[in-house]
Amino acid sequence: MKLLVCVSKTPETTTKVSFTDGNTQFNTSGVQYIMNPYDEWYALVRAVELKEKAAGSKVTLVNVGPASNDSILRKGLAIGADQALRVNAEPSSAYFVAAQIAQYAKGMDIVFTGKETIDYNGSEVAAILAELLDLPYISYATDLQVEGNVATVTREIEGGKEIVKVQMPFVVSASKGMAEQRIPNMRGIMQAKRKPLVVREPKKMSDPVSIVQYTLPAPKSAVKLVDPEDMDELVRLLHEEAKVI
Amino acid sequence: MSVLIYAESPGGQLKKAAYEAVTFGHKVAKIIGTPHVVALTIGKVEGSEVLGKYGATKVLNVAHEGGFDSQVHTSIIAQVAAKAGSKVVIVNHSADGKSLLGRLSVKLKAGSVSGINALPTFEGGKLRATKGVFSSKAFATYEVKTPKAVFSLMGNTLPPEEVGSDIAPENIAVTIPKSRIVVIKEDRAKGTVPLPEAELVVSAGRGMKGPENWGIIEELAEELGATTACSRPVADVGWRPHHEHVGQTGVAIRPNLYIAAGISGAIQHLAGVNSSKVIVVINKDPEAPFFKAADYGVVADLFDVVPRLTAALKKYKAQ
Ligand SMILES: Cc1cc2nc3c(=O)[nH]c(=O)nc-3n(C[C@H](O)[C@H](O)[C@H](O)COP(=O)(O)OP(=O)(O)OC[C@H]3O[C@@H](n4cnc5c(N)ncnc54)[C@H](O)[C@@H]3O)c2cc1C
Ligand SMILES: Nc1ncnc2c1ncn2[C@@H]1O[C@H](COP(=O)(O)O)[C@@H](O)[C@H]1O
Repeated sequence: MKLLVCVSKTPETTTKVSFTDGNTQFNTSGVQYIMNPYDEWYALVRAVELKEKAAGSKVTLVNVGPASNDSILRKGLAIGADQALRVNAEPSSAYFVAAQIAQYAKGMDIVFTGKETIDYNGSEVAAILAELLDLPYISYATDLQVEGNVATVTREIEGGKEIVKVQMPFVVSASKGMAEQRIPNMRGIMQAKRKPLVVREPKKMSDPVSIVQYTLPAPKSAVKLVDPEDMDELVRLLHEEAKVI
Repeated sequence: MSVLIYAESPGGQLKKAAYEAVTFGHKVAKIIGTPHVVALTIGKVEGSEVLGKYGATKVLNVAHEGGFDSQVHTSIIAQVAAKAGSKVVIVNHSADGKSLLGRLSVKLKAGSVSGINALPTFEGGKLRATKGVFSSKAFATYEVKTPKAVFSLMGNTLPPEEVGSDIAPENIAVTIPKSRIVVIKEDRAKGTVPLPEAELVVSAGRGMKGPENWGIIEELAEELGATTACSRPVADVGWRPHHEHVGQTGVAIRPNLYIAAGISGAIQHLAGVNSSKVIVVINKDPEAPFFKAADYGVVADLFDVVPRLTAALKKYKAQ
């Protein structure tokens, strides 16, 4: 099986968010980056598990990003991917990212993405990629089993789940539950250093959308403490003041 | 020119989110200056004439057997959009809607913005739309550079409004491609409002000590007509089902009321809930970080306070 895993880089989850240049740029100073959790914990690990079960399979990582992303790709190689490809460009929109990846996704049996990136929360790349490649797309998969060239996938839907069968090739986005997080071990880290990581220049294209302004939510006013003995008062506040019940 | 809304109808039933999207689409049409608001349903649907009441000027149905397939549904919606000359296409920011958005943007050559949470603006011929980013720690305004746009609409952005009257649905024929997906089984919790759509949410965390204690949370939720949620560790250890986990790596929600009991308020938890309109925190530790994000706080043992709150609600409802 040929498995492609799209991995992205996101600010660490406790990052304090601020902006510069008149609130038009994300302030990257002091920000620590990690591999997007959905990509690392679920998509990548499941791809590696499938590879381990089917001899002759290969897991390729792909990222659209600058040279500083190589550390993310090395981590993915340490977790068990075989090779990595980086398209050397700022990921300026979901469409741009998907269109770059599409060039390298032909001939793959399964293309994995995460459910969403935890910074821009777009959840768009996989669907764009699937349409560009004219492939089926199963979103938010919590379980993926492969038999021959057919996969049985469980996907999250509002308040429940759906089970579908799909023939390879297809695109799938991974949600919590698809696999268990793996911590790279020393051997993996050493091997990762020798695995191929190639860099390609991007195909030129314009972005269909772009961010023109960021805003921060208005600061919360101080919490109003309610006497634990007087829950009637809380109910009154929720009804009369907050008007939510 | 028109605005097209795909009105989702899981199991043949229109959801509140579909009504919201139609009212939203009605307002978007005013903003871009068209009187045409087209609501589209796919498959067998009951009661779609009501979409006229919520703002549609035309209700269309495409007959279709078989489950959801983003590829097939995209093809159907794109064909209808072409026939209706749609400048803006709106879907819900739901599991299905999100799977359609990116595909539609390719098919319609339309810039997409996912999870918008306010009405767009239209100036100098350009649409701008705002959404939460960094797990709702900030908002970003996107400009759409293409003549057409596709949006997915975050649940609970605007309430559905009755602005018109019922309209008889019309059937419309399109070419339906063959699906490469077979839906084997669909399981939806019956009766409860799914979390992303819920207006009222009662959530609990590790402070509950164990799954056997959840009765008091369920009773409070039932009294309120709320949906239940939980923090991540609680879902991880299997005290609660995965789909209840809210936060940065779980479901992001923005209900009118979020009540959190025995949850510390870690930044990753807040990321999924801090756009709730009103937050009530019940925690025995006055230093719990959640109080900083709360509107109302009760510093006390939840095992005391939660049943007392349920009782107070019961009393209030009886009046
Ligand atoms: C990458 C990453 C992603 C994450 N994503 C998420 C996410 O999406 N969602 C999420 O929730 N977490 C997430 N987490 C975990 C998060 O950091 C916290 O660990 C988690 O939210 C804590 O859950 P909790 O508040 O239930 O438990 P705790 O932090 O253990 O808090 C329990 C609280 O209950 C209170 N309490 C105890 N007993 C009582 C009582 N009798 N009465 C009243 N109060 C009581 C305590 O004072 C305490 O404040 C993530 C972490 C990481 C690293
Ligand atoms: N710059 C990128 N390079 C490679 N893959 C990406 C990139 N950005 C997003 N992805 C993939 O697309 C998924 C969804 O991202 P998004 O649509 O931005 O929420 C992520 O979980 C990744 O798997």
